[in-house]
Amino acid sequence: MAETVKKKFNPSLNKTPMPEQDPAERAQNFSEVALGYTSDMAVLEAERCLDCKNMPCVSGCPVNISIPDFIREIKKGDFESAYKIIRESSSLPAICGRVCPQERQCESKCVRGIKGEAVAIGRLERFAADTHAEANAVVKQDAPTGERVAVVGSGPAGLAAAAELNSLGYRVTVYEALHTEGGVLTYGIPEFRLPKSVVRREVDGLRSLGVEFVTNVIIGKTLLVDDLFDMGYKAVFIGTGAGLPQFMSIPGESFKGVYSANEYLTRCNLMGAYRENSETPVMKGGSVAVVGGGNVAMDAARVAKRLGAESVRIVYRRSAEELPARREEVEHAIAEGIEFLYLTSPIEILGYENKENRRDPKNGCVTSMKCIKMKLGEPDERGRRRPIPEEGSEFTIPADTVIMAIGTTPNPLIKSTTEGLSVNERGGIVTDDSTMTTKAGVFAGGDAVSGAATVISAMGAGKRAAHAIDEYIRSNK
Amino acid sequence: MYRIVSKKVLNPTVIMMDIEAPLVAKRAEAGQFIIIRPMETSERIPLTVAGFDREKGTVKIIFQTVGATTLMLSQLNEGDCVSDFAGPLGKPCETEGKSDVLVVGGGVGCAIALPIAEKLKEEGASVRSVIGFRTKDLIILKDEFEAVSDTLDVMTDDGSFGEMGNVCVPFERMIKEGRAPGHVIAIGPLVMMKFVAKMAKENGIPCTVSMNPIMIDGTGMCGGCRITLVKDGKRVSAFACVDGPDFDGWEVDFDEAMMRSGAYSDFERHKYEEGCNLFKKETKNG
Repeated sequence: MAETVKKKFNPSLNKTPMPEQDPAERAQNFSEVALGYTSDMAVLEAERCLDCKNMPCVSGCPVNISIPDFIREIKKGDFESAYKIIRESSSLPAICGRVCPQERQCESKCVRGIKGEAVAIGRLERFAADTHAEANAVVKQDAPTGERVAVVGSGPAGLAAAAELNSLGYRVTVYEALHTEGGVLTYGIPEFRLPKSVVRREVDGLRSLGVEFVTNVIIGKTLLVDDLFDMGYKAVFIGTGAGLPQFMSIPGESFKGVYSANEYLTRCNLMGAYRENSETPVMKGGSVAVVGGGNVAMDAARVAKRLGAESVRIVYRRSAEELPARREEVEHAIAEGIEFLYLTSPIEILGYENKENRRDPKNGCVTSMKCIKMKLGEPDERGRRRPIPEEGSEFTIPADTVIMAIGTTPNPLIKSTTEGLSVNERGGIVTDDSTMTTKAGVFAGGDAVSGAATVISAMGAGKRAAHAIDEYIRSNK
Repeated sequence: MYRIVSKKVLNPTVIMMDIEAPLVAKRAEAGQFIIIRPMETSERIPLTVAGFDREKGTVKIIFQTVGATTLMLSQLNEGDCVSDFAGPLGKPCETEGKSDVLVVGGGVGCAIALPIAEKLKEEGASVRSVIGFRTKDLIILKDEFEAVSDTLDVMTDDGSFGEMGNVCVPFERMIKEGRAPGHVIAIGPLVMMKFVAKMAKENGIPCTVSMNPIMIDGTGMCGGCRITLVKDGKRVSAFACVDGPDFDGWEVDFDEAMMRSGAYSDFERHKYEEGCNLFKKETKNG
């Protein structure tokens, strides 16, 4: 007699733990930290789901994945069906399952979270995607329209737009400025958090469906947006991200050993500077100070640790509660021995100077960073308490490397060479509700529009843009 | 993959290549640069465009073997391919409105200065050129400069060819003799550009320099190429890849740029020697 699925319920208040590499061990390697659920673990965790009728979790998901539906399939052991359900809403589940801030999205709405921990939706999503054998083979595809669409940038927004446009029957070409596809998934997020093989699998999956990828082409330089229309593309999607790094404009930021997080992470992730035989150098060891409290700051700090730093300090101007990073990343960082200096802001970076010998190669190398203590004042317009410097509280920390992870703004390159494309005062491309820019036939989404945000919101925007493009092309026939 | 259609050794350490890259060739202008990666494992390095043939779809690069990447590139031959070649990046050199220009090139910097001199000549400007090298054997592009310059001074540090001394000597002479140019464009080692810019500023002559700092992406993403400009006493940061590579020589903080340019000199020396030893071994065995 078949046992009914419904009866099985796991009352545990806690998430089924996911196996992880031991902190002491993983702080020395670049292999993935979180190892993923086994089938048994996934089913056990799926059985914690109440399968609520009103599905609050779905409203917390930026792309509205039918969460209870896919979890129900995992309960049944039909992992492939679970994958198909996710794939209907999300183009890159193996990536989102790893990097989404679930505690602020789907899992924040989970009824199980009222008493105890929410269902581990992210882990289950990752499980379903990783278990799925042939990426994308199941995707529903509309009849080819014969029309071509160009996508600028192969990060999360571009990949999602390309996937959706492809399934709507368009011939899609994705242009990437760097030599490898993936955008921030490749140059920004480290291997130990998002293995590059996962990104490659998603890109190869799209390629096998007919999406064309062209690397080493910088739209706005190698080809202009208008060239793309001349080449026969009926619409263009811009997903160029927020790649322009910010510095603090404090004295000493030009010293050797001061990096933007973008540079530091690009050297390590894209160029593989963490490998022993790498041709691309990066400064290793010593004391490292990372300024900022977001995911990028956590990534940079954990990379520094793995590169052999004796001490790594996160310097953040607010307190632990305001840390914008994903909770899991903060926990992982702490477990790996990263120190946190809260309510602290740098005011100057100091460098070595040998007055006797101007040719001393150590001249200009960072030696320390002068900081000031902060206290939290009234909330600002975004509701976050404003940090205020405490006079006379200056102190100095040793530092051989300083990494600025205080945010990025949209890359101005495409705007500066595309007539008719408007941007707002923060550099974000202006779009209407449908994602169309001020230039006809040109659509945009992701960080290039919103400023630095999450992978999933960029994906959501890419997907929305694909439908807007579909409508635009149909109505212009 | 991008094919090397021709290769020419200009002097013992400087090599010229024409590389097939039709899209880059179509839009390249003098003063812009490209990012090249000889092999899939190589570093990304910027090289300024030394010429282009829009019809043939080729871009000319001239480089000196100074580190592991350029050493690797120098070992490739006609018919071989480089893994990556992206551009054109940065802003083209502004030649418009410049009618009386002194073009100063130092060492391999002459490779970048030449297309600018050619463009100026084409636009009808009066072009005087000064090119400087350490010694006679390192002289490159002398005939090409001669062809586009009203006057040409060749300087060598050791006096083995032309006049002995640095590029500032003829520049100073022009000023002293009342033949000062209306504009100076200086491209070469940082220390050379520093002193040309200094002399230009002291004499009120506008000066353009081309910066070639360490960079990775070339699109404004990493900020590694940042330099400091001093504008009205205020220090302002700029990215050479998107704001340059040309800057007002009066404003550039050259001392800081020189300090930053040596950030990885130990690593480079080590990698270069490693590369040399490898080649030595291969030659011995082969």
